[in-house]
Order: sequence, then C-alpha cells, then structure tokens
Amino acid sequence: MLVDDGNDGRATPRAGAVAPRRLTHLRRLEAESIHILREAVAESENPVMLYSVGKDSSVMVHLARKAFHPSVPPFPLLHVDTTWKFRAMYEFRDWTVAELGMELLVHQNPDCLEQAINPFTHGSAVHTHMWKTEGLKQALDLHGFDVAFGGARRDEEKSRAKERIFSLRSAQHRWDPKQQRPELWRVYNVRRNQGETIRVFPLSNWTELDVWQYIYLEQIPVVPLYYAAVRPVVERDGALIMVDDERMPLEPGERPVERRVRFRTLGCYPLTGAIESEADTVQKIIQEMLLATTSERQGRVIDFEASGSMEKKKQEGYF
Amino acid sequence: MALPRDERITSDIDAYFDAHERTSLLRFITCGSVDDGKSTLIGRLLYESQQVFEDHLAALEADSRRIGTQGGDLDFALLVDGLAAEREQGITIDVAYRFFATEKRKFIVADTPGHEQYTRNMVTGASTADLAVILVDARKGVLTQTRRHSYLVSLLGIRRVVVAVNKLDLVGYSEDVFDRIESEYRAFAAGIGLTEIACIPVSALRGDNVIASSPNTPWYHGPTLLGHLELVDVEDEARDRPFRMPVQWVNRPDHDFRGYCGTIVGGTVRTGQPIQVLPSGRRSRIARITTYDGDLDEAVVGQAVTLVLEDEIDVSRGDVVCEEGRAPQVADQFEAHVIWMHEREMFPGRPYLMKVGPMTVGVTLSRPKFKVNVNTMEHLAATTLALNEIGVCSLRLNQAVPFDPYSENRDMGGFIIIDRFTNATLGAGLLNFALRRADSVQWQSVDVDKAARAVLSGHRPCAVWFTGLPGAGKSTISNLVEKQLHALGAHTYLLDGDNVRLGLNRDLGFTAVDRVENIRRVAEVTKLMVDAGLIVLVSFISPFAAERRFARELLEVGEFCEVFVDAPLEVVETRDPKGLYRKGRRGELVNLTGVDSPYEVPEHPEIRIDTVHVSASAAADMVVDQLRAMGVLS
Repeated sequence: MLVDDGNDGRATPRAGAVAPRRLTHLRRLEAESIHILREAVAESENPVMLYSVGKDSSVMVHLARKAFHPSVPPFPLLHVDTTWKFRAMYEFRDWTVAELGMELLVHQNPDCLEQAINPFTHGSAVHTHMWKTEGLKQALDLHGFDVAFGGARRDEEKSRAKERIFSLRSAQHRWDPKQQRPELWRVYNVRRNQGETIRVFPLSNWTELDVWQYIYLEQIPVVPLYYAAVRPVVERDGALIMVDDERMPLEPGERPVERRVRFRTLGCYPLTGAIESEADTVQKIIQEMLLATTSERQGRVIDFEASGSMEKKKQEGYF
Repeated sequence: MALPRDERITSDIDAYFDAHERTSLLRFITCGSVDDGKSTLIGRLLYESQQVFEDHLAALEADSRRIGTQGGDLDFALLVDGLAAEREQGITIDVAYRFFATEKRKFIVADTPGHEQYTRNMVTGASTADLAVILVDARKGVLTQTRRHSYLVSLLGIRRVVVAVNKLDLVGYSEDVFDRIESEYRAFAAGIGLTEIACIPVSALRGDNVIASSPNTPWYHGPTLLGHLELVDVEDEARDRPFRMPVQWVNRPDHDFRGYCGTIVGGTVRTGQPIQVLPSGRRSRIARITTYDGDLDEAVVGQAVTLVLEDEIDVSRGDVVCEEGRAPQVADQFEAHVIWMHEREMFPGRPYLMKVGPMTVGVTLSRPKFKVNVNTMEHLAATTLALNEIGVCSLRLNQAVPFDPYSENRDMGGFIIIDRFTNATLGAGLLNFALRRADSVQWQSVDVDKAARAVLSGHRPCAVWFTGLPGAGKSTISNLVEKQLHALGAHTYLLDGDNVRLGLNRDLGFTAVDRVENIRRVAEVTKLMVDAGLIVLVSFISPFAAERRFARELLEVGEFCEVFVDAPLEVVETRDPKGLYRKGRRGELVNLTGVDSPYEVPEHPEIRIDTVHVSASAAADMVVDQLRAMGVLS
C-alpha cells in the first residue's frame, strides 16, 4: 500500500511500510473503490467490467488488480466497440489485455455492422445510440451479466451527481431516477430480481483531477492520444477532428493539417474534438488542466444536443 | 472574488503535486430548505474554488438569463440543480454529490433537500459525512426545520456542525441578529449532544465570509466558511478504537494462498498481532498484511487490505476479524433506531432482510416502542413506521451477528433493511444495544416428537393453506376437504379466519399492519398444530406473499401445501355471501381486500383452483389428491 509518510511525495511500493497517521485524499478514494469492487464481486454471479479504453478504464482496471491481488480480477473485460475508435485505442486495448492476463470480450452490434452505421451518414445521435446504447444492452443480455462495472464519475455531468454507486437497471436496462435505492454508509444493496442488473461505478467520487493525479502517482499507462503530438486534423464547427483513417470523408477543399494536439476524452474519432496542446507528459497534462477553463465532456459531441440529454440517454440504458 | 490560483501550478508543478498528494478529504453535508440559499452557497463554493469550467459557465449565464431568479445576474443555484424534472419544478429532490478542492483540502459535499418528506435523503447524505453545514436564514432565525436537521445530524453520529447564518445582507449585517441566533442555537444543540459548533455570519448571494472575510461584518473575527472547512480537525476517531475488519471476500488464487479481503473499520492491525474471528470466536495471529504494492507491517482504519492468518481456521464472508480481548459482542436481538425510507410502511413481524457490513441475515422488527417527532424530538406512540418516520424497535435476527453500538462504530452498527421480494432498500437503522431477554426462552426438546405422533396417527402432519379473496370459496372448499380427511381417519383441525379473529386475534383490525400480525400469529399456531401431528386446514385471505412465505418457512419441506382459491373480483362481488362487497362499495367498510386493500396473487402455489369452472367438491378432491401425492396420506 502506498502511504503518505512524508517521504518523497511520489511513494513507491515498499515492503514493510508503516501506516500513516491519516489516509490522504487519494488513498481514501482508492480504498473506497476497492471496497466497492469487492462488494459487487462477492454478491454477484456473473460480473463484468466495461472497458472503454479511456483513462478512467485504465484507473478502474488498476484498482481491480489491487482489490483482488494476488488473484487476477475474477471477471472479464467487455469492450462495446463501434469500429470507429482511434486506431491507437485498439492497439492500447490489446496491449493492456495481454499485460493483465484478463479475458477481453469485444461486442460490435451486428445490426450496426449490417447497416454500416456511421457518424457521417447517420449523425452522432443515431450512431451513439445504436452502437453504444443498443450494443451494450445486447452484450449484457448475450452473456447474462448481472453486475457491470463502469468508469463514470459524478463530476462529469450534472445528472450524474445524483447517480448511485450501485445503480439498479430494469430487465429492459432502463434507469428510473425515482426507483433508485438509498445508499448509506458503505452498505450497498447488491440484490436484484430475475433479469434486473446493477451498474456499479467504483470511481463515482473521483474527479478528473483525482484521476490524473492517481495516474501520475501510480504510473498507470494510458492511451498515447492523451499526450500532445503532431497529428493530422481538420477543423469542423469549431472542433478539431483527427483524420485517423481513410473512412473520414473530407468536404470539398478541406485538407488535413498537421497540428500539435491531444485529447482530453476519447471516443469515436469523428466525434471527438482535439485541443491544441504542448502537454506531452502526465505532469504537463495536469498543469494544463489546472490552468484550463473548459470542462472535460465538452470534447464529446453527444452532450451538446440539449440540456438534460445525458439524463435521457441514461433512462434509455446508456451508461 | 475567486480564490487566487495556486501559483505553484505555473512556477513549481512538482511542489504542487507534493502538496496535493498529501491533502486530506473532508466529506460534509449541507442542510437547509429551498429558501435558505443552500444551492446558492454550494454553487458559490464551486464557482470560487474554480471548479466551474468555461463551458459550464457559458451554460450558466444562458440559464441565468432564461430561468434565473437573480434578475440576469449569475444564479449559482442553477449550477447544482441536476435532473431535468427537478429543474422544471424548481426544487432538488434527491441527494447529489459535489466536488471541489482548495490548496489545503479536497471536499465532497452531499447536497440534500430540507423538506420534511425528505428525511430519507438527509439521513443518506449524513451517513457518510464528517461534518454538517446547517443553513439558517438570518431573517427567520432557528426554525423547526433547523431543529429537525440538527437532530438528524446528531442521530447519524456527526458531532461537528457549522451553522451558516445566511442572508445577513437582508438584516443589515446586524451583529445583534447574529448573536441572538447563535446563542439560541447553542442552547438547543447542547441538549441533543452536538458539542463542536461553529457559527459563521454569511451571505451566499453576496459572498460575505464565504471565501474572504467581509468588510460588512467588522464585528466578526472568526474564520470564513471555507477557512473553517479547510482547517477543522477531522482526525478519524475510529483509529483509536479496537481493530475491526469485516471480511468481504475470501481470496484463494491457488492452494498456497488464503487471504481475507476487507476494509478496516476500526483501529490498527499489525503483523504478529493476536486476533479473534467472530462469530466463531476462533483465535489466531496476523501472518501477513498483503497489498498489491507489497506487504505492510501495519494498516489503519480506512485501508482496504488482505489479511493472512497464521492458522488455518474457517473464515468466510461476513465474519469479523478483530482485536483479541476487545472483541465486539455477538447477538441476535437488538434495540435499534429505525428510519423508514419506503412508500410502503413497515410491517412489524414481517420477515425482512438486514445487511450489516457484508453480512445479510433475516430479521423481523417489533412494533415501535415509540416514534420520534423529528421537529420536537417528542416520543409518540406508534404501531408502524411510515416513509420518513424514525422510531425505536426491537429486532430479532435469524442468526447472531457481531456488532458494536452505532455510537461507537458506524460501520459495525449501521444497517439497511431490504424487502425479500422486491429487493428494495426499505429503511436503515442504528444498533443501540443487544437485548438479552430471549436467552432464557429456548425451544424445549421433547422425547415424543412429530415422527412418533405420525406413527400413531397413520399419516404425516401438514398445513393446507387456503388463500384468496373474500367470497372466493375458501371456507366451502376447506370444509369439504376436512370432511373427506375425517372420513379417511386423519386427525385434522380447521383454522378459520373469522373464528380466529373472534378469539386469539380479537385485538387486531384490518389495516395492513394488523393483517401482517394476524397471519404471523396464525402461522405460529399452525406450526404448533403441525408439530402436534395434525393436518391443519388454514382458511385465511392472507393477502400478502411475504406472510404466506413466512408461514411456509416455519415448517419443514413437504409440510406446506398452498391452495390458491382463485376467483376474479367481478365474480366474488356477485357472490358476496357476507354482503361485504356491497358494504365496501357503499363506503361503509374500509380495508376490504380486493377493493381498497391489495391482494398479492400467489406465484407458485401447490394448487390453483379456478372456482369459476371447478365445483367445490371437485376442488376438494384435487386437494386430497395433492396430499396423497405429497405423501401426507398413504
């Protein structure tokens, strides 16, 4: 266990460490997440961890390794894929799974494959709903998972601020804000009826800053797209979109330009805006973030549509 | 007005990280009503600690113009009103968690509404808080709701309270007003055990004494609200208490390693330390404290660890590893404070589930000894607890659990109540102390038992439980069955709903609470009669699945035959042998099952009789055949 013992701030694993007077902020969050992971696993029959390849997933997987050490986390990872992620994300995903020795399940909505659903011809709303929301429901039904871990945090969006850590979903995967169970102390009600599932969010109480500080402290690998590099981008509606492969249709006269950019959030490349940045280390990212004034989800095109749109998506079964 | 940015971010980021890796965490709850400016206060804390980003701010400016209440000025309350439905109603309806940080500390705020009907939310938010901020409107002073919030905070074990006397700008920043409120509050708070109190004069709207000291209150020399929150001591008291770790998960990657995973909820543990495992009481020593980052010599309250013991003793999920010599008590009967959190009221005597730590056990609650008027703290007589009511009850568990009183350890004494059918969380509670009185009453083992009686009577004992709407035909069919059984030489007894209500259950009415107790008693009587070797025919409406299941579980497998006497409401209304439905429809009779009191249809009865198509005598034959199939009759 890493402790604040007044050593060098950047604690490293050491045998025989002595307990601190008081747990630091990050150690309290870490312990809470581990407690949540263990409780969910102990009371479920067929748990799964949703793996989106982003930094929050990296942190969640790291916490799972800690929670069950020396065992390998006793559940598979599930990637609900859209076929439109950045190439670097697929590479990182496969590398991570090989490192961890965990099982990876990849689900691609067959209806989307058949109809070649994509953000360009179908729009971001249809694309996201079909690939992600419907895809996730299909995958959960297909494997009969009763508990699914997700990396969502309460600080991401206003409607998430009221989300429970253990969030009950109906057999149709719907989220009913009025039927959520009160959550007291660290006593979590993991019981569910036939067909009902529970989404569990071990990072509920982490902020974006906490996640980055923890990545720094624990030296957790993340997709290189978070770090600034020269990449080919086009500017559309004020967003910098990276031309990640040849499927991206260019407008007449539009030409990719090489800009030094990075991503604060990762999703489908045509729907994810880059920011111009020089931050090519975790430290610089945190520094940039502390000085920046734009919130994280702004890079995600899906949140823009209407105030309250995340809440609607959640009721439909989105994460 | 906002906090100055930590200049180390630009000048010395390493120093910044060093400092931030050491910051502590303070979790607090804010209590106040819609009009106290609570959302405005939280919004301002977020805004001024620079947790509001530019795009959120743009949305806030637009929203402030559109639906704001501040005449186009920034309406901070809109920052924290989350769900679309709530926004339309202009109120927050649940518990929301907010996050902000300063150089000295990180904060998690539980934001809960203050309406009377939302005790549930406040208790939920308070359960994880280290401190409470209670808002008082300077124009109104200490109100009923201030007392209610303070009582709930103290009940949940929070000792540190900040009273933010808000809207001071509206009383001309008057020192007299502030002093009067402070002395009134302190006098009241002392009576309910709140001792660590800070009173701070603020205006959330104008920003006075929230972040920076206000020139408008030169008479006030204490810290600002944020200054106090940054510095208040939150040393974890649980650290000096005896060591406790409830086992969440047994970790067995291979045959060489067996560890017990859990979060330490009290004290400190060291390698080599002698420990005891409860409830078994077995003893051992700590061989290793294992973590992903290497073994530890010592771990403290709050840490999630994996313990390896020196001896191979049997330990499973729900057991508590604790300090030898300072072990918790183990008991199966308690007195507890219960907070009811569900629309459907508590039913004394109904079997529920209870989760305390990682342990889930069966529980029944007694009628409340009293309930508490949360506004006046008076004790009131009660037969049940409705949504948002708090009372003191006796609990009877179906197995003994290790516990500490809630006042000594929140994790060892806080529990939730779960419905056995819907799995909903119905309520929460605080264990006060163990009740010993049941120890002297134990089931007497006798030499002549059920099996011996069965040999004599020539058949096995059994309960045949007829359930259905009034007028469905339960009495008619059960009477025919008893005649047939009697003719076959079986020893029988028929328990009829009306007859039992004339005697044993004369004191019970027809409310849902009384119906539950009615069936509980009948189930217990049935159990005794089955033990006596009889075939007991029970003819009761018994509308609730939970009590029928309770009756079934009192008996052994093969001793319970549930007969659902099924008739649609339209049919029983036309039959109406006792004229009940006519009275019910005229409003002369309340709580009539099927009319204004629910009937829960059995999902898996042994027999379902469709009385529209099956005659009473054919139905009786079906029951007797079923008893043969079950081996009750040979």
